Amino acid sequence: MSEKQATWMRVHFKMQRDGFELDAAFSAPPVGVTALFGPSGSGKTTLLRCIAGLERTQGWLHVNGELWQDEKTFMPVHRRPLGYVFQEASLFPHLSVRANLEYGYKRIAASERRVQLDQVVEWLGLSHLIERNDPARLSGGERQRVAIGRALLTSPRILLMDEPLSALDTTSKQEILPYLERLHRELNIPVLYVSHAMDEVARLADHLVLLEKGRVIASGALGETLARLDLPTAHFDDAGTVIEATVAQQDEAYHLTRLDFVGDHLWVGRVDQPFGTSMRARVLARDVSIATQAPEGTSINNILNARIEEIRDEGPDKVVVRMKVGEAQMLLSRITRRSRDHLGLTAGMYVCAQVKSVALM
Amino acid sequence: MESVLTPDDLQAVWLTLKLASVTTLLLLLIATPLAWWLAHSRRWYKGLMSAVVALPLVLPPTVLGFYLLLLMGPQGAVGGITKALNLGTLPFTFAGLVVGSVLFSLPFAVQPIQNAFESIGQRPLEVAATLRAGAWDRFVSVALPLARPGFLTAIILAFAHTVGEFGVVLMLGGNIPGETQVLSVAIYGHVEAMEYGAAHLLAGGMVLFSFLVLLGLYLASGKSWRVTR
Repeated sequence: MSEKQATWMRVHFKMQRDGFELDAAFSAPPVGVTALFGPSGSGKTTLLRCIAGLERTQGWLHVNGELWQDEKTFMPVHRRPLGYVFQEASLFPHLSVRANLEYGYKRIAASERRVQLDQVVEWLGLSHLIERNDPARLSGGERQRVAIGRALLTSPRILLMDEPLSALDTTSKQEILPYLERLHRELNIPVLYVSHAMDEVARLADHLVLLEKGRVIASGALGETLARLDLPTAHFDDAGTVIEATVAQQDEAYHLTRLDFVGDHLWVGRVDQPFGTSMRARVLARDVSIATQAPEGTSINNILNARIEEIRDEGPDKVVVRMKVGEAQMLLSRITRRSRDHLGLTAGMYVCAQVKSVALM
Repeated sequence: MESVLTPDDLQAVWLTLKLASVTTLLLLLIATPLAWWLAHSRRWYKGLMSAVVALPLVLPPTVLGFYLLLLMGPQGAVGGITKALNLGTLPFTFAGLVVGSVLFSLPFAVQPIQNAFESIGQRPLEVAATLRAGAWDRFVSVALPLARPGFLTAIILAFAHTVGEFGVVLMLGGNIPGETQVLSVAIYGHVEAMEYGAAHLLAGGMVLFSFLVLLGLYLASGKSWRVTR
């Protein structure tokens, strides 16, 4: 990615309010999903609202070479070419589903309408909802899909999503995630996605901006950033890395699928996807153990050759080990300090990483 | 039944309806921006404004009428202006009654609309802004339709309150048939003259009218609702 691409959007906002201090700067690329990730109270929603212009505070914002805000300029919300999906769908209760969808569409110039109603209805599976007059009585997942469609129909140059799944129950979440992934693949609109749920981020994001107490503590490509041991993300209970791989082989007899990445592969439970399909596999640090010699007589399917890059203490009894597998992918492993000492693990060693389970995204 | 209603009585009914309609219309124009400001402002003097708007709720109508009479009279500040503009003075005219009624019923129009605006909250307006709607557009396409129950309440209350007004009218307008003699004053006149039949007819009509208005209000709002006074 060129320097210019990586800084397609440049953000710096400062705010002081009721004991909360925001001083956050980051840049984002014009493609893919950039996740603003952090614990609650870290300022990620406030930062997103600043970008939308919903909060007016000191700072500056450039998008695609265009100035949206600085000391002298403040582009009002309704002039910023963005789509915003709130935590609660917030459909207009006095309008039908169709009128909700068309609210923004009608307000942009005909020449700027790159996204059409039919497309959105098809993408988000809204055909059976479009004639409904009672948006308040749609299910949570349906409402949020309409809200996403409504935002997309303004043909935004960037889509801002503020924890769009957090108000939904698990079923609705599972229902809506495939749609988000589909948007990700089919729409060429960069997305800023606020979340405090690591599984959502691991599934959807390409780029990660980590926030803590109103500050950006790290920003970078998802795979690299998740593998950094100096960041809190590597020490969560569900810490882990993602591996980008493609469907390479189906084992019909054992009902398994082989996913290849440069330099190595993983066997996973059967995936009904054609050869060559890109998949994202998430491997948690707690599911990876380390052996110094290739183990014999093991039930574990995935034993990868790995090189230890870094080891870092975590609490009094545990360490987290970062390993490179294949040419460029990273794995984390959480083991006890005693195991590290018994095996004499140090950076630079070649070991076998035993992967107990792989979650496909 | 022999006709106990005089032409003056019928004129009083007509005048009352006219006064209430004009007052309600003017109140909507005044109360809407005022309610919007009160619902959204964070200025320190917002509390002061709320208190001033609510004042007619607690003031005896005669007190309000008395001060308006002084203010709009030939020696008053407003009277001086209207005279300088060749409009004469407002007391004892229909226009004077309208001014008095608007002030007297102001809280009845402002408060329901303000409550409605407040209950909408910021979110729908923020959503509309992210969907490219400018400030006026947001107000017309989101705030007004969502505040409709509040407007309905305000219209009914302002109208009914004006119909029932007595003290302000008497202080400010007196009892001039065709100009300032409204229903409530006419009833008072009939009672003074011991014409209980005519008083009954007009008073009974008022009771029926008020009941229908409140019934309509309950049915329209669909929930329990009490007049706070």
